[in-house]
Amino acid sequence: MKARHKRLSLVLLGLSALALAAWLVLSAFQKNLVFFFTPSQIQSGQAPAQRSFRVGGMVEQGSLQRLPDGISHRFVVTDMAQRVTVHYKGLLPDLFKEGKGVVAQGKLAADHSFVADEVLAKHDENYMPPEAAYALKQVNAGQPAAAKGQP
Amino acid sequence: MTPELGNVALILALGLSSLLGVLPIWGAHKQDARWMALARPLAAGQFAFVALAFGILVSAFVGNDFSVAYVAGNANSLLPVYYRVAGTWGGHEGSLLLWQLMLAGWTLGVALFSRALPQATVARVLGVLGLVSVGFLSFTLFTSNPFERVLPAPPDGRDLNPLLQDFGMIIHPPMLYMGYVGFSVAFAFAIAALIEGRLDAAWAKWSRPWTLLAWVFLTLGIFLGSFWAYYELGWGGWWFWDAVESASFMPWLVGTALIHSLSVSEKRGSFKNWTVLLAILAFSLSLLGTFLVRSGVLTSVHAFASDPRRGLYILVFLLIAIGGSLALYAWRAPKVGLGGRFSLFSRESMLLINNVFLVVTTGTVLLGTLYPLALDALGLGKISVGPPYFEAVFVPLMLPVLLFMSVGPFVAWKQGSVKRVWLELRGTALVCVALALSIALAAKTSVAVAAGLLLALWVLLGSVLHLAQRLQAGRDRATLGQRWRAVPLSFWGMVVAHIGVGVFVLGVTLVKGLDHAQDASLREGDTISAGGYQFAFKSLEKRKGPNYVAGRATFEVSRDGQHVVTMYPEKRLYIVQRMPMTEAAIDRGFTRDLYVSLGEATPNGAWGVRVQVKPFIGWVWAGCLVMALGGLLAASDRRYRQRARATSAAPHAHVAEALQGAPLRAGPLTT
Repeated sequence: MKARHKRLSLVLLGLSALALAAWLVLSAFQKNLVFFFTPSQIQSGQAPAQRSFRVGGMVEQGSLQRLPDGISHRFVVTDMAQRVTVHYKGLLPDLFKEGKGVVAQGKLAADHSFVADEVLAKHDENYMPPEAAYALKQVNAGQPAAAKGQP
Repeated sequence: MTPELGNVALILALGLSSLLGVLPIWGAHKQDARWMALARPLAAGQFAFVALAFGILVSAFVGNDFSVAYVAGNANSLLPVYYRVAGTWGGHEGSLLLWQLMLAGWTLGVALFSRALPQATVARVLGVLGLVSVGFLSFTLFTSNPFERVLPAPPDGRDLNPLLQDFGMIIHPPMLYMGYVGFSVAFAFAIAALIEGRLDAAWAKWSRPWTLLAWVFLTLGIFLGSFWAYYELGWGGWWFWDAVESASFMPWLVGTALIHSLSVSEKRGSFKNWTVLLAILAFSLSLLGTFLVRSGVLTSVHAFASDPRRGLYILVFLLIAIGGSLALYAWRAPKVGLGGRFSLFSRESMLLINNVFLVVTTGTVLLGTLYPLALDALGLGKISVGPPYFEAVFVPLMLPVLLFMSVGPFVAWKQGSVKRVWLELRGTALVCVALALSIALAAKTSVAVAAGLLLALWVLLGSVLHLAQRLQAGRDRATLGQRWRAVPLSFWGMVVAHIGVGVFVLGVTLVKGLDHAQDASLREGDTISAGGYQFAFKSLEKRKGPNYVAGRATFEVSRDGQHVVTMYPEKRLYIVQRMPMTEAAIDRGFTRDLYVSLGEATPNGAWGVRVQVKPFIGWVWAGCLVMALGGLLAASDRRYRQRARATSAAPHAHVAEALQGAPLRAGPLTT
């Protein structure tokens, strides 16, 4: 085999590895990217109906209920403008608290409540999940604009 | 007064590292021995002052000096003294100082154990390390000074985050940093070679043990982090594809490619500028990891609330370091050249496959880690890329790596024979397929588990066969003992590390494929079963620790009516930070772990409980440890030590010998 052919084969090897990786990445992205929505966005119908996504905000005071089976929970996530009811079956993280930030991942149910399969809370007292902080900030930033819109 | 001394020590260290970054490199350029000779004393001085600063910070923690803002933020007088020491690296500023200490330590190490190297090389390598040090020291001094005072001093500290109050905190960060920073040595060697425009077998031989050591530390550091998360976070996960985990995993992947590519450069004088590129990439990814963790852009256990100035500084530093070294690479790499030729089916091309796949995999991990950040920074929306993405991409890309891992060692350097390799390996392949199939059918596992088993067996048996073949060689001339002793440590290192990979793959396959988990709400007296075990909740009592109060449950675990073990999971409330913590109870075993964690209590006295049976999880850890052992064996090969001893007598003669002898001595290992 000539040196040129050899080099060509090696280059082909590299390219095929890259192509395989690119294909895997694209298909995995298509299936597994998880988008983030605030409660306001969900209530205005922007969130997808079938796909899994994340919602973030504050756990509303007094909204946490434990269902009779003992390990299912229901609570409300709010961005201080809109609210979303979240169902979650499983143990809540240690730092899950009413009045604190939370991010939940799951899908919308038929009744427009959110069925979470994963709940993330913050890791220490001073730290808020960036997505939860963002949801609250969106509303604060949005309010003056909304006020201006109503003469 | 002492914290100010620490500050002065840091400033002096910065001064010395600036000199180290300039004078010896200049000396090497001008061929002036006097300037070059400054490298070693400057490296030693830099280490002394950084160590002094670090010591002062530790003593501020031990002495509860809460007038230092950083101490007040990360310790408390109730905190046990060993955690106060570990608290030194419990936050941003101190962990940066630890990074710095490691860097100064590696620099000193190179200065001490480089007697065999030409003076110009030493000067350049230490100089580059000095430049890296300038970047980090000025970052520490200007944006994250751990010695800043807070006046008036608070009466007591805010305590260390309870998640971090664990033995893992004492050893995981130092190990991981040793690995991260260790790649700076490989990087410095690579940059030195680029500046010099020369890279030969001797160069690969010098930089190889350092790279192997860094890789060993990084392996151990990642293992410790995973092991710690497994028992401390309380929910039995051990790898989350959290961005910070990915950040430590990327340098590991590239580092693994680098140690393989270095072996080609050392033995065959090939892959030269590819090796240099990998060394640059490994260190760049270490820097990127530091940036990701320290800039507060991530949702993670490791993210500290931090100010944006720091992120900006690291980003600029990153651009200069990575951009600069890649530019230097583009300019000088043609001069270094690729080196020796090899045929399409040869040990070289097998190692090339390893390299290509490891690097491509790193690219996909990098994409998954950075893509959400990039979208967010551009204001295109918030997304997250979770474990499903990484698993869907990572696993298929690792399959060829594992497959070729057992083929590569049987292929001769330069020109291999497909037929011969096939004859040598077909028996093993058949045994692997038969074994994996029968296990999978007997245990009724999924196809994925069967495939994982097959690959794990392939790697394990292939490595054992390779060793056996090596020991067989020369049967007519030497006894088994002699042949055993004649096998160099680097060969043992390879076999052992590959066996570690096999054990690891076996563990991951089985724990992923066959684990059982059950969540339930239990009262005292209730029982729940999972994976054939019955977990009976017997009682709950209150307990008081040094800085927390806890509820401790008693679980009796039995199987088929036979008592197995009594387990005591806890729910703790840490008093200072008012923070609850789950302390899971784990019963470790050779073939399975039992894992019980307590959720929260309900008003009517029931507790949320999660019980898990995790088969073969111990093999995951064992695999990591065996891999690290393999790296250590390879790094302590005689040919790296011998040279150092011999050269103290006749340095120049020996370097010349090393230059000429290296390619000759390295024949195919299997023939």
